[in-house]
Amino acid sequence: MNNLDQIAEKIREDIISMLVAVGSGHSAGSLGMADVFTAIYFSKTLNLDPKDPWNPNRDRILLSNGHICPVWYATLARAGYFNHDELLTLRQIGSRLQGHPHYKSLPGIENTAGPLGQGLSQAIGHALAAKIDKADWRTISLMSDGELQEGQNWEAIMFAGKNNLYKLTAIIDRNNIQIDGFTENIMPLEPLADKFKAFGWSVIEVDGHNITEIVDALNKSKAIFENPTAIIAHTIPGKGVDFMEHDYKWHGSPPNWMEAVEALKELRSLGGKISYE
Amino acid sequence: MSKATRDGFGEALVELSEKNKNIIVLTADLTESTKVADFAKIYPERFIECGVAEQNMAGIAAGLAAEGKIPFMTSYAVFSPGRNWDQIRVSICYSNLPVKIIGCHTGLSVGPDGATHQALEDIALMRVLPNMTVIVPCDATQAKQATVEISKISGPCYLRLTREATPVITQENSKFQIGHADILEYYGQDVAIVACGPLIYQALTVAKELNDEGIKTTVINNHTIKPLDKVTLLKAARDCGAVVTVEEHQVNGGMGSAIAELLSANYPVPMEFIGMQDSFGESGNPEQLLAKYGMSIGKIKEFVRKVISRKVVKHNGS
Repeated sequence: MNNLDQIAEKIREDIISMLVAVGSGHSAGSLGMADVFTAIYFSKTLNLDPKDPWNPNRDRILLSNGHICPVWYATLARAGYFNHDELLTLRQIGSRLQGHPHYKSLPGIENTAGPLGQGLSQAIGHALAAKIDKADWRTISLMSDGELQEGQNWEAIMFAGKNNLYKLTAIIDRNNIQIDGFTENIMPLEPLADKFKAFGWSVIEVDGHNITEIVDALNKSKAIFENPTAIIAHTIPGKGVDFMEHDYKWHGSPPNWMEAVEALKELRSLGGKISYE
Repeated sequence: MSKATRDGFGEALVELSEKNKNIIVLTADLTESTKVADFAKIYPERFIECGVAEQNMAGIAAGLAAEGKIPFMTSYAVFSPGRNWDQIRVSICYSNLPVKIIGCHTGLSVGPDGATHQALEDIALMRVLPNMTVIVPCDATQAKQATVEISKISGPCYLRLTREATPVITQENSKFQIGHADILEYYGQDVAIVACGPLIYQALTVAKELNDEGIKTTVINNHTIKPLDKVTLLKAARDCGAVVTVEEHQVNGGMGSAIAELLSANYPVPMEFIGMQDSFGESGNPEQLLAKYGMSIGKIKEFVRKVISRKVVKHNGS
């Protein structure tokens, strides 16, 4: 297990601690995206600096499915964007860690998101500004698979394809679940890669828990100059906590204290591979 | 002289953009009728055609604004802010980004296109949003001034425009300040007629004709619906003791409602409301429609008389 994997496990522990402390929030998607967030903020593939969070030349990271913000907050805190102690104020009155992210409420929070399907359009706005200003920075829109059922996304996908926004990358958390069940039962998304291709995008599919693969895909997207790139990250919802994995019931639920203790035990022992006590 | 407010907007946009390189214009397949064709021709690199996709347009505008641009996004008001209200609320308003939402073809006077295309709810939709500024210019000249002024505000703004050529009342050198209502005509203090948009012309006509009949009114051009000019409006209520509001919009949630909220909390006086009375419009020419749906000169006069009859008579304690 390398250093980045260890960081991702720490982020998962933070997520469990935050959610159990406040007693509400979204477990499955937050845990499932810990490896992708680690790849983005810790691999040095992108131009991001926690000490200079609004540097005009930074790469822009936007989150469209705002409900998985616990993983964003935990990653930013671990990366040094703000004090780690503040994580436990999640969803509490007066906190900068709102239940869904609010633009600039914290260093690194690049957009407002909650109602689904809005982040990709916002990201296009950023990418267009870069294009108009002939700037070099890139824009990454993180989004869920379920939210692709919102029509606005397809307006945005059409637009980005037409305008060859090659400095724009969408990373789709393909975890196959949404609130009411499995995506393919609720409203099928497949063939997802073909849909993006048909709209003029390049598509890279990765194992969303293999950080090396994710970093490789981010690097590969930088070498594509024809069109925007969709990285479809296949993930396991609730990844790292056995009783949460693959179960859509954990989409919008936090663990209780007993469950949190069990989850933390599993994460700290790396799935039972080591003894930590 | 007659000219549409949308024409004033289109002209100002071109002039303004020569100096201000941050101005970006977005449209959703309505370049000609939202009057941004000249801009598109002169500044193609700053013109963004979104196709028939108003929700995406609002999100793109938010992203551009977050990068320091000043996006003007144009469409018919029934589509924007009609169709993309959620995007305006979340992506633009909650983030307090300086996106300028230009809603064209508002009011009944869109005419023959019928009820689907007559935006009569847009003021309500926009004034309910925190951080939003709402402006309704009364003529093409004021629309020009308003276009320049809203480009200077640091937050989101809604500018309500109209399709038809309407009388030009103000002049290039008339004062226009966001949040400051203008007293356009003063005959006396029997009733304050507070209007917005091109119906100001009807209000002025009413005031003149009633003056001849001995009813003395004050006509206020309340071009800024949010933030309201509390000082001027409360003074008018105190001085006149009765108010008639005039707007080409649903009475529910419109400018009149905003003034009623202000007055009822601070200085309640009898009010009457000219506007759409909770119904949809229909096809027809603008004049016929305004007559049929109660926004004619005759109806405004009737409401002025009605509100006078409701004024509280002060007795001398005999």
